[in-house]
Amino acid sequence: MKRRLWSFPGGVRLPGFKELSNREAIVPFPIPRFIVLPLAQHAGQPAEPLVAVGERVLCGQLIARPAALVSAPVHASTSGTVVAIEERPVAHRSGIPQRCIVIESDGLDEWLPPNADEQDPWRTPAKQLVERIRDAGIVGLGGAVFPSAVKLTPAKPVDTLIINGVECEPYITCDDLLMRSRPEAVLRGARLLLELTGARRCRVAVEDNKPEAAGALEQALAQVLRDDWAADMAVVQVPTRFPAGGEKQLIRVLTGREVPSGGLPFQVGVVCVNVGTVAAIHDALFEGRPLISRIVTVTGDGVAAPRNYEMRLGTPIREVLEQVLREDAQDMRVHIGGPMMGFALPDDRAPVAKGTNCLLVRAQPAETRPAEAMPCIRCGACVEVCPVRLMPQQLYWHARAGELDKAQKQHLFDCIECGCCAHVCPSRIPLVQYYQFAKHELREAQRRARKAELARTRNEQRQARLERQKAEKAAKRRSRGKPKRDEGAEAAEANGDEAAA
Amino acid sequence: MSDAKPVRFMSGGSAGGTSPALPSAPTVTRVMATVVLALVPGIGVYAWLFGWGVLVSLGITVAAAYAFEAAMLRIRGRPVWPFLKDLSVLVTALLLGLALPPLAPWWIPVLGAFFAVVVAKHLYGGLGQNSFNPAMAGYAVVLVSFPLHLSRWPAPVTLLDAPLGLLETLRLTFLGQLPGGMALDAITSATVLDRLRTEGLAGDAGAALSALPFLEAFAGHGVEWVNLAFLLGGLWLLYRRIISWHIPVALLGGLALMAGAFHLADTGQYAPPLTHLFGGAAILAAFFIATDPVTAAATPRGKLIYGAAIGALIYGIRVFGGYPDGVAFAVLLVGLTVPLLDQYTRPRTFGTGGRLR
Ligand code: SF4
Ligand code: SF4
Repeated sequence: MKRRLWSFPGGVRLPGFKELSNREAIVPFPIPRFIVLPLAQHAGQPAEPLVAVGERVLCGQLIARPAALVSAPVHASTSGTVVAIEERPVAHRSGIPQRCIVIESDGLDEWLPPNADEQDPWRTPAKQLVERIRDAGIVGLGGAVFPSAVKLTPAKPVDTLIINGVECEPYITCDDLLMRSRPEAVLRGARLLLELTGARRCRVAVEDNKPEAAGALEQALAQVLRDDWAADMAVVQVPTRFPAGGEKQLIRVLTGREVPSGGLPFQVGVVCVNVGTVAAIHDALFEGRPLISRIVTVTGDGVAAPRNYEMRLGTPIREVLEQVLREDAQDMRVHIGGPMMGFALPDDRAPVAKGTNCLLVRAQPAETRPAEAMPCIRCGACVEVCPVRLMPQQLYWHARAGELDKAQKQHLFDCIECGCCAHVCPSRIPLVQYYQFAKHELREAQRRARKAELARTRNEQRQARLERQKAEKAAKRRSRGKPKRDEGAEAAEANGDEAAA
Repeated sequence: MSDAKPVRFMSGGSAGGTSPALPSAPTVTRVMATVVLALVPGIGVYAWLFGWGVLVSLGITVAAAYAFEAAMLRIRGRPVWPFLKDLSVLVTALLLGLALPPLAPWWIPVLGAFFAVVVAKHLYGGLGQNSFNPAMAGYAVVLVSFPLHLSRWPAPVTLLDAPLGLLETLRLTFLGQLPGGMALDAITSATVLDRLRTEGLAGDAGAALSALPFLEAFAGHGVEWVNLAFLLGGLWLLYRRIISWHIPVALLGGLALMAGAFHLADTGQYAPPLTHLFGGAAILAAFFIATDPVTAAATPRGKLIYGAAIGALIYGIRVFGGYPDGVAFAVLLVGLTVPLLDQYTRPRTFGTGGRLR
């Protein structure tokens, strides 16, 4: 059946470079001697450690618990001894070190015994399932690392569940390989999420440059539907155009709905989950396995044999590079994530974390160094490709001129940092970096303003309290002496106001 | 970990679409080089039909523009080489050179280049900052200051008994000397648009227009061949996606619509649309001048309005104004409205605005 698809504005066609790494099956990467687990592998508050240095831990054991609603626990990804809890370099754009739990592996990879009283997920109430998803430390594995439990409890009922297997960034193939090798896990997980979210229909979206993945899913879907013929589930191939895998863009393509500016998918009745995340949810609920590993694409012309590895979280990237680099590798540039939305690895001691979907290693020939940025010539090429229909060049002028309020008024915060604008800019202006900087500054300013506001109200309250005390004292003094009627009434009135406030 | 391979990692962010891992979109230099290439057929036909003067005049303009550009970059303390390399000066110079009449004395193009590069471009802040189209600003200043020099256009060489050679052309341009016994009037002639405005369709021009075979008929004097060659280059730019269709279509559409309406209202007095499209600089304006990225509107709807307004204004100036061709003034005038146009035609940000269809 041909389904109606919509389209999103802008976007660019990019070469895929997928065939580099999608020919080989996924293999497990050897467990390294030292595992470095950052406490903040997710969006939100860092987790709080539950173990102490010197303690022995088992694989799958909870070693840090969520510190807030938007947070996620961390589990030991192999057995061994905790040797440090300290700041280490992490794979983050900012390059700022973060607190990590370091485990020295004992080489046994001994697992925590499975929890016997976990029931069959099909018979578990939704609320409990969400709890188990949260306890398993599952976050969005597509790169956003937002805690899945929060996403799966929308504030408003939804009718559509979208499983995102689009993977539109060049080079990355971890979702492709997952869909090919474990389509049942994806679909069984999706079926359960359909139940859990109460959505009416489920669409698994795959970009049409991945026919094998779509084929595998179709076959597995036939199996699922044989047992469960009433479920409204379908695999949908969407046209290959970057960033078709962006959440808001994909929702638009599949449903024609437009997530409001600054809003979330549930506001248009949709929950959207990445395929890797669904498989992780499947493993957590059906196999009792918390999130301790992920599939990572290791690719680029600096890699001897590009492919996908199942890596334990916490594997230091340096160890990976030592094993995979080409013999003659020199002057390599390592990217975390794809070439459009990824970032240059600030330090190769950083570990693979929940959001690390790809290590892109490129030899850097001297003559293709990024050219000096020229002035903006106002050509409007960026306007044509922006999928959010922003005016990237104006955002850039405002950001450059420090007119951050104007940039914000022009919906700076709706920019998804897809990089389409910078990609087509003939002046080679690193536009996205300006937006990231501007957003960061604005958030900081907001934080400062909130703090100042808090301090101000505290101070006001304190002032008011002091005034009141003074007034009370004066009143007392007066009542001891001869009370002057009008002044006493005034003080009483003031007190009354205070009480009312 | 001790026997790590000698791998050096580059620091600094490079993602966000500017990654070297992807083949990159053309740079400013590449864009400008393509524009220059697209001008070549037109310039070739122009020179072939109208003689050495075309090349001499273009050469002077280009040399002067580059000299002024280098000097200004020096003075403003900017890196000279990357900006000279970006070829935008070359495009400006060529467009200015094409706007000026080929046999004008040497100081006319030099003056034009001065106003274009020094005043209109650099005094406004340089590449990307200027609000006036530099080539048109330069031309307009010279036109207003020296109208007489700018009204002498060469006659097509095919109509001359003894067309000027290269040396004779150089002598004329630099020294103002013509070969013995020759008068300037013998090698110049009024352009089609000139004759239209002085004589109307009833005069010689009208007669010539209706008497000649098809291509000669709609614009006359070989200009249409030059314009066809420019059209070819322009279409190539469209095909290469260097320019978008909005401005050329809107500009030519606006001009044709006006000309068509007036022509229908009074066939005896107003020339047909084809004459207007191919008789002056409209083609050049549509594909090369009005599409200058820096000074044109940037939003798709803005571009349509911008182009249509220029087209309509060109017609207005040609027919009712004081100058035979209105391209420069139309481009400059409408250019003034670009900031407003961009502001009012800003696309609706995704996720704002009401329900979708
Ligand atoms: S693509 Fe680059 S040069 Fe063109 S308008 Fe956008 S920012 Fe300016
Ligand atoms: S990075 Fe932001 S401004 Fe640039 S194209 Fe993407 S959404 Fe638009």
